[in-house]
Amino acid sequence: MPIAQSAVDVTGISAAMRVQWYRTMLLIRSFEEGVLGLNRAGLVAGTAHLYVGMEAIAAGVCAAMESADLLTSTHRGHGHAIARGLDPGRMMAEILGRSDGYCRGKGGSMHITDVSKGMLGSDGIVGGGIPIAVGAALGVRLKKQASVVFCFFGEGAGNQGSFHEALNFAGIHKLPVVFVCENNLWALSAAFTETTAGQSVAARAAAYGLPGERVDGNDVEAVFVAATSARERARLGQGPTLLECLSYRHHGHSIFTRDEIRPADEMDLWSRRDPIQLHRVRLLQSQHTASELDRIEADVRASIDAAMQFAKNSPTPEPGTAFEDVYA
Amino acid sequence: MSHADRELSFGGALNEALKEEMRRDPNVFLLGEDVGRLGGLFKVTAGLLQEFGSARVIDSPISEAAIAGAGIGAAMVGLRPVIEFQFMDFMTIAMDQIVNHAAKIRYMTGGQVSVPLVIRTPVCGGVSLGAQHSQSLEAWFAHIPGLKVVMPSSPADAKGLLKSAIRDDNPVLFLEHRLLYAQSGPVPVEDYVVPLGCADVKRAGDDMTVVATGRTVNLALAAAAKLAAEGIAIEVVEPRTLKPLDSAVIERSVRKTNRAVVVSDGSRTCGYGAELAATITESCFFDLDVPVKMVCGKDVPMPVAPSLQKLVMVSEEDVVNACRALMAM
Repeated sequence: MPIAQSAVDVTGISAAMRVQWYRTMLLIRSFEEGVLGLNRAGLVAGTAHLYVGMEAIAAGVCAAMESADLLTSTHRGHGHAIARGLDPGRMMAEILGRSDGYCRGKGGSMHITDVSKGMLGSDGIVGGGIPIAVGAALGVRLKKQASVVFCFFGEGAGNQGSFHEALNFAGIHKLPVVFVCENNLWALSAAFTETTAGQSVAARAAAYGLPGERVDGNDVEAVFVAATSARERARLGQGPTLLECLSYRHHGHSIFTRDEIRPADEMDLWSRRDPIQLHRVRLLQSQHTASELDRIEADVRASIDAAMQFAKNSPTPEPGTAFEDVYA
Repeated sequence: MSHADRELSFGGALNEALKEEMRRDPNVFLLGEDVGRLGGLFKVTAGLLQEFGSARVIDSPISEAAIAGAGIGAAMVGLRPVIEFQFMDFMTIAMDQIVNHAAKIRYMTGGQVSVPLVIRTPVCGGVSLGAQHSQSLEAWFAHIPGLKVVMPSSPADAKGLLKSAIRDDNPVLFLEHRLLYAQSGPVPVEDYVVPLGCADVKRAGDDMTVVATGRTVNLALAAAAKLAAEGIAIEVVEPRTLKPLDSAVIERSVRKTNRAVVVSDGSRTCGYGAELAATITESCFFDLDVPVKMVCGKDVPMPVAPSLQKLVMVSEEDVVNACRALMAM
C-alpha cells in the first residue's frame, strides 16, 4: 500500500524538539517492555494492548498539542498517556490494579485517564470515544475556550457507526477537533484491506467536507507536521481534520494474544521501519552523537525501572473503594 | 411545596423548568432532533430557540450515538447538557454511549470526572405508533449502576424533578410518558425543586398499598377513588425516582397496610414492577398478609390497532381488579 509522504515543513522544528521526541518514543517503548515483564511475573491485572511500533504517532501528535488541549484515547492508549506527560509510575500502578493508579485501580490498562492533563479517558469500546471527543469540542466552543480536542482511534473504528455520526456532527459545526486514526493495518485477526471498503480511512473525510490526510505514522516528524497544521486549522475555526497515520504494532493484539496470524514477511518489513530507529538515524545524521542518544536511553530505562518499582510497591485498593465513585 | 392557584400542563411544566434552568445557568444547553425550530415533537422545548439562540438549543442530525456522545463529552468539560431522544425506542441506537460511557466514566476514572447529563425522552404507548415507538424500557436503565432514572406523573413533580436532574452531577434519565404531556395540574409559581430519590405518598389509605410509576400513578389514583366507594382504602405511593429507589417510604406503607400491588408500564418479565415486588417481598415478607401482586404491560411488542393496544397496556380496570383480588384473599 503506498504511503503518501507528507511535505515536511521543518521550519520551527528545533534540535531540542527532535531529541524530546526521541526520548518520548523511548519512554513509551521502555514502558511497554516493562508491562511485558510485569505480565510475565503475573502482576498485570487483566490485559494490556501494547503500543510498541506505533510510538511516532503519539509522540508526534502530542508534541503538537498545547497544554490546554484535550485528548481521548483508546484501548491501546499507553503511548498517548506517556506522550501527554502522565506519570509512568501511576500508569503502571493502574495497570497492576493498585491504589496509586490514576483510576484507583478501577480502570486498568484500557481506561488510564488524567483529566488534569486534558486526557479525558481511554476507551475500551472501539470507536466509543469519537462522539465524546466531538462533545468535548462542542463544550469547548460553548465555553468560548481555545482548546483543541485530539481524538485517537484505530482503523477498526472507521467501520463503526459512531465514526460516521461523530465526523458528520463535527463537520456540520466545524468543531475544533483533530481526528487521529492510527491505522496499524490489523484488528485482532482482521486485515484492514479485507474489512475496509475503499481501502482508506482518510478518504472518508471528503464525505464530511473535511481534509483527510494519510501520514507516515512511523515518521515522528511527519506526524508532528501534520498534527500541527491540523491543530492550526482547528484553532482558526476552520473545523476538523482527519489524519490517518499508517503504522504497525510489533506485538500481538493484546498480551493475551497467543496466535500470530499476520504474514511473517509483512511483520519483517515493518520491523525494519521501526519508528525509533528511523528517528535515531535522522538524529545521528545531524549534530547528535551515539553516546548522547545512548545516555538518553539509559536515563529512560532507569526511570521506567523506578516506575515499575513504584507500581509493585503500591498497595492493593481498600475494599471499600469498590463502592466509591459510582455517583458524584 | 405550596399549592398555587395556577395550572400547567405536564409539557408546559417541563418547558418552564428548562427555561428557568437555562436562565439560571449558562452551562445548560439543549441538543436533540427537532428541539429547536420545531420546539420538539411534543413541544416541550417550544420557544427556547427564540430565547436562547442556536448555540444553546441545537437541532441535531438524526444521529443518536452522536447526540449522546456529544452530551457526554460536553458534560465532561463542564457543561450541563440536556439531550432529547425523540422516542425512548431510539435510545437503543445510543446504548453504547449511555451504558458503556455515561454510566461508567466516573467510576472507571476513579472519580476524576463526572457526567452531569440529562437525557429526556418520551416513553410507552397509547397513541398507536406501534412496536418501535412505544417502549417503556426504564428497567434496562435502572439496571445500570451509575445512571439515575426519574419518572414523574404530575406537572408539579415533573418541573421540580427536571430542575433537580439538571443540577445533579450524574447522568440522569428523565422519562416522560407521552399521554401525560397534555394533562394539567397545579404547579407552584415560586422557584422550587423536588429532590431526586424521594418517593411520595399520593393518597393515604390503610387497607392496601399500590406502588405505581409514571402514567400508572394516575390509574392507581382513579382506581383508589373507585374502591373508596366500596370501602377499600388504598394508599398510593409513587417512587418518582426509579433509581435510586426510596424504598423506605414504600416499606413504611406496606408495613401499615400489609398488602401491596405494584403497577408499571413496560413488559412484565424483568420489568420495573418485578424490582418493586422483589424489594417489598424481601424487606416486608412477614408484614404481608397476601403475596405481592404485579400489574404490568403484557409481554408482547406494542400493536397499532387501538383495540389491541388497549389490551396490552395497563388499564385502570387492571389495577381495580388486582386490588379487589388481593382484598378477597
